[in-house]
Amino acid sequence: MKLLEYQAKAVLASLGVPIPPGRTASNGDEAAEACRELGPVAVKAQVPVGGRGKAGGIKLAQSPEEARAAATAIIGMDLKGFRVPLVYCEAALDIAQEIYLGFTVDRDHRNNILMLSAKGGIDIEEVAETSSDSIARLHPDPWRGPLDFELNQLAFAAGLGAHARALVPLIKKLYRAIPELDAVTAEINPLVVTRDGQLIAGDAKLETDENAAFRQRALEERYAGTIALDVFEEEAKKRNLTYVSLDGEVGIIGNGAGLCMGTLDLIERAGGSAANFCDIGGGARAEVVENALAVILMNPRVRGVLINIFGGITRGDEVARGLIAARDNLHMNLPLVVRLSGTNEEEGREILKQNGIEPGANGWEAAQRIVALTR
Amino acid sequence: MAILLTDTTRVLIQGMTGREGSFHTGQMRLMGTKVVAGVTPGKGGTSQDEVPIFDTVAEAKAATHANASGIFVPPPYAADAIMESAANGIELIVCMTEGIPIQDMIRVKGFLSDFPGVRLLGPNCPGLLTPGVGKIGIIPQRFSKPGGVGIVARSGTLTYETMAALTAAGMGQSTVVGIGGDPINGMSFVDVIRLFEADPATTHLAIIGEIGGSDEERAAELVGAGSRLKAVAFISGRTAPEGKRMGHAGAIVSGNRGTAKSKEEAFRAAGVAVAETTDQIVGLLTPD
Repeated sequence: MKLLEYQAKAVLASLGVPIPPGRTASNGDEAAEACRELGPVAVKAQVPVGGRGKAGGIKLAQSPEEARAAATAIIGMDLKGFRVPLVYCEAALDIAQEIYLGFTVDRDHRNNILMLSAKGGIDIEEVAETSSDSIARLHPDPWRGPLDFELNQLAFAAGLGAHARALVPLIKKLYRAIPELDAVTAEINPLVVTRDGQLIAGDAKLETDENAAFRQRALEERYAGTIALDVFEEEAKKRNLTYVSLDGEVGIIGNGAGLCMGTLDLIERAGGSAANFCDIGGGARAEVVENALAVILMNPRVRGVLINIFGGITRGDEVARGLIAARDNLHMNLPLVVRLSGTNEEEGREILKQNGIEPGANGWEAAQRIVALTR
Repeated sequence: MAILLTDTTRVLIQGMTGREGSFHTGQMRLMGTKVVAGVTPGKGGTSQDEVPIFDTVAEAKAATHANASGIFVPPPYAADAIMESAANGIELIVCMTEGIPIQDMIRVKGFLSDFPGVRLLGPNCPGLLTPGVGKIGIIPQRFSKPGGVGIVARSGTLTYETMAALTAAGMGQSTVVGIGGDPINGMSFVDVIRLFEADPATTHLAIIGEIGGSDEERAAELVGAGSRLKAVAFISGRTAPEGKRMGHAGAIVSGNRGTAKSKEEAFRAAGVAVAETTDQIVGLLTPD
């Protein structure tokens, strides 16, 4: 689950990380009121993407009138595919220096990684490319967390020795998000050093692990659903489907993540484009197929559907019967191509034929067929 | 010969009495796998289909000399199950469970560094299968036959497809290994390929990768440095958009990292044939 900046800041503040005072505003009046209360503010679009400043989603306001104008301009704008629902008005900081501080998962090391750099305020991937040496890195022991001396060394290695005394306890507070909240990303960029020498979070990014939702109920209840999902993804989530919306016209159902991704690739290779990714899992049970088909058919862009199933333990004849029932229950009349392989594939294909579905010989042939039918 | 799972492998199943665990234990035994024990806390002293059940791995190991474990335990308890096996001297741990929290797996990896002899396969994987010998996990054996192709894959169904296509073309397999779709896992492509390289029964290698991470690139480096195996690679997800998780927790392109293009280029640079579709895999492994 990705949190918005104001949510991430509230969570980090609860762990003891210092944040500037701020208020959310969903219209110009509320932004003006926030500015009257806080003084000069940064008015910031609340969307779960980086690079908001460059995209025009952050404006400084010296007066309530400027705050009103900034909020009115930002709310409702489209920022990298997200409509801005509200802004966060935050007391402007007197910035002396910007630091990068962040934890994320390092897949190559099968561990968390802590990165610290005196070059804050810009995207860390950009820093990594242009001046990788300026980033100090630490893989903390996952059982005991980072130790004081390790963090002290890190601060000096990053050229931030002058701030080590304040940085070390602040990093330990940020680290708490990992064991306590199952964070997979906890980032403060920039971590601002103010002219009076205080460290304070200028921005915050927090993403938690969906696999850990079962033990993070409080966080889930508070923040899940605040970022508007695509309507079809929303519907799929209600039905417990593994579904991702894409922008093409061929609906896709596959069993297994790899097979399903491979099917999207075949569609593009055949000259079409997929409307979605939908993995119904190894079993390909009839009610799951029907749920998946129902969600796909809600999308008006969909002009046909390709179902790609490899039956391992599940029998092809059962899968075929389930597909036919789903198609009939949903009164589907768009083109449907099915590629069915694996256990009892002959019986399965025969059932499909008897019910007016010509089965694809293989994935590639089936992809070409559905693309031709949906042109 | 084969890798990881041979006729000396004695398997215990953690979570054998659950729905998935009991069904797949039956399938493993049908194939001839030596399943010697089940472990379900609270059900020790009972048995299921003549396989004795123990409360703990320690008891099961002492009574049956099991040396491998298959895990079908639900996500909240699976990490602990892996560590219980490792701490009790189980050498090969195969975890099928999908949905284990990432931080649990990171702690497991830290824990396993104290047990260098222990090999973990998965989690979120279909397990492994040695045709004619046995399997730990859920790979459907009816599509396999003994032979010289080693298969290593992140995806379950693509593994089965590849195995079935090879079998249909008369090319059997030495061992079929699913390393799983999670971002933090046990054995990597490199770990498995090293074993295939050292296995005289393996002559060919099929590598089935997907977007996310850089394990495929590492595998390409290894094979490129010199290999006696005739290899082919396939990468799933070349059209997946950036930042979206495609079914597997680990299948995600982040920024410009983890793309199918980077992986395919790495294999080509290493002299490994790259299949554009799964249908091409068999052709690229056969001479002419």
